[in-house]
Amino acid sequence: MLQTSQPNLIKISNLDFSRNGRYIFKDVSIEIPRGKIVAIMGPSGSGKTTLLRLISAQLTPEVGEVLVDDVNIHHLSRRELYKKRRSMGFLFQSGALFTNLSVFENVAFPLREHTKLPEVMIHDLVLMQLETVGLRGARDLMPSELSGGMSRRVALARSLSLNPQLMMYDEPFTGQDPITMGVLVKLIKHLNDILGLTSIIVSHDVVETASIADYIYVIAEGHVIGSGTAKEVFADKSPWVNQFIHGLADGVVPFHYPSKSYAEDLNI
Amino acid sequence: MLKKIQKLGQIGLDFCHRVGVSGIFLLQTIFRRPRLIRFIPLVMEQIYNVGVLSLVVIVLSGLFIGMVLGLQGFNILQKFSAESQLGQLVALSIVRELGPVITALLFAGRAGSALTAEIGLMQATEQIASMEMMAVDPLWRVIAPRFWAGMISMPILTVIFSAVAIFGGYAVGVGWLGVDAGQFWSNLQASVDFRLDIVNGIIKSVVFGFICTWIAIYQGYHTVPTAEGIGRATTKTVVYSSLATLCLDFVLTAMMLGGW
Repeated sequence: MLQTSQPNLIKISNLDFSRNGRYIFKDVSIEIPRGKIVAIMGPSGSGKTTLLRLISAQLTPEVGEVLVDDVNIHHLSRRELYKKRRSMGFLFQSGALFTNLSVFENVAFPLREHTKLPEVMIHDLVLMQLETVGLRGARDLMPSELSGGMSRRVALARSLSLNPQLMMYDEPFTGQDPITMGVLVKLIKHLNDILGLTSIIVSHDVVETASIADYIYVIAEGHVIGSGTAKEVFADKSPWVNQFIHGLADGVVPFHYPSKSYAEDLNI
Repeated sequence: MLKKIQKLGQIGLDFCHRVGVSGIFLLQTIFRRPRLIRFIPLVMEQIYNVGVLSLVVIVLSGLFIGMVLGLQGFNILQKFSAESQLGQLVALSIVRELGPVITALLFAGRAGSALTAEIGLMQATEQIASMEMMAVDPLWRVIAPRFWAGMISMPILTVIFSAVAIFGGYAVGVGWLGVDAGQFWSNLQASVDFRLDIVNGIIKSVVFGFICTWIAIYQGYHTVPTAEGIGRATTKTVVYSSLATLCLDFVLTAMMLGGW
């Protein structure tokens, strides 16, 4: 059971992480307040998904600590970590549904694994979860029969089965049509408010994410280059943040890949 | 020149590292405590996938191998007027060597590659990671049932292969080539020792089942999660399992014959 004494549910301090000899994060510090939706944005390859995996202890940092409810998540034993993870939900970019199970069985999976509830009760709970995401009628479909947006909604229902306190969304809007995107945005906001969740959304869909985020961090080149409410970030005049938030083609991140001069290449 | 030597050294170190990782992976798979009530149905399901669905290829291969052995054996034995020894030839060849080895090779090609592809695809589609995030240990939930299913299925498949192959040899030798049925079976019974031949064959099949399944689940779990990576992993499973089977067959045979 998570405590409610501290204002921040997650505190990341002085985080360093590298992969294949390349630094992904250098001295990153982030705080995620309870009950809020925090967006982590940045260009592709900036390490947003890696940050979520560091928070959920799928990866281990080289330096720094990640405190989840005042507990260093990387110092927990396997049993304690699994206990902590029962209060976390993680929505993968692809949904990550089990392809050999139906929609109903996918959502029932965490309940069957972690509870001793009778089948009748599991049946009702699963239908309630599917009703929340608008897919109660799709209970008998297999994941291969679902669209991308439907897969994510089923995965969302599955993530919420055990009533987590923290939800992490990895690029929930990527590749979705406008209607599905609207549905997902509404669901994330609605569930966060009704269930009192703390949500972290990793995305580079600026407009959709900013419409529901209470606080935004912008990450690039291993650092936090901007942070604040949506209004503050949109008004930020620093070149990096400005180029990313407004989608400018050229700026700190150049349009042209580094090369010799155009005239030289054309032998003029 | 120095760089080439360095690269050679690095290859050696990488190999040792991989062997170590696979050893730790195996120990974790065997010794993670599962919940038996949930575990047994999972193992039964995997025995069906790995064992029962391999029966067709095992039975057909056994039949044809037994028939070919009967044909070739008769062809050579009749030069020495020793056709009556056909039963002994077929049974000892099958039970001691061909049964365990060919079953293992077929198992690696059919079930081993399927295990690797299935686990690799689960890695690539983040199903394993999502299971971890739901606080369900994928090693006992996904990997261990497949490991124990391979260990249990292999000796049973070997026994079935051997029985069908001996029948194939009987069908060709007695049914077609005219060897006396009484001589076929009586010579077979007199020459095949339960402990030295049949039990040793089953011991070999258990060892081959262990190594083939270990290689298959390791390659699947540690594959690069791309289409190319899964393709390479399934190829490695078949090649490494086959080579390991043939190498261990030599070692075990030498030990069993007492020459070690």
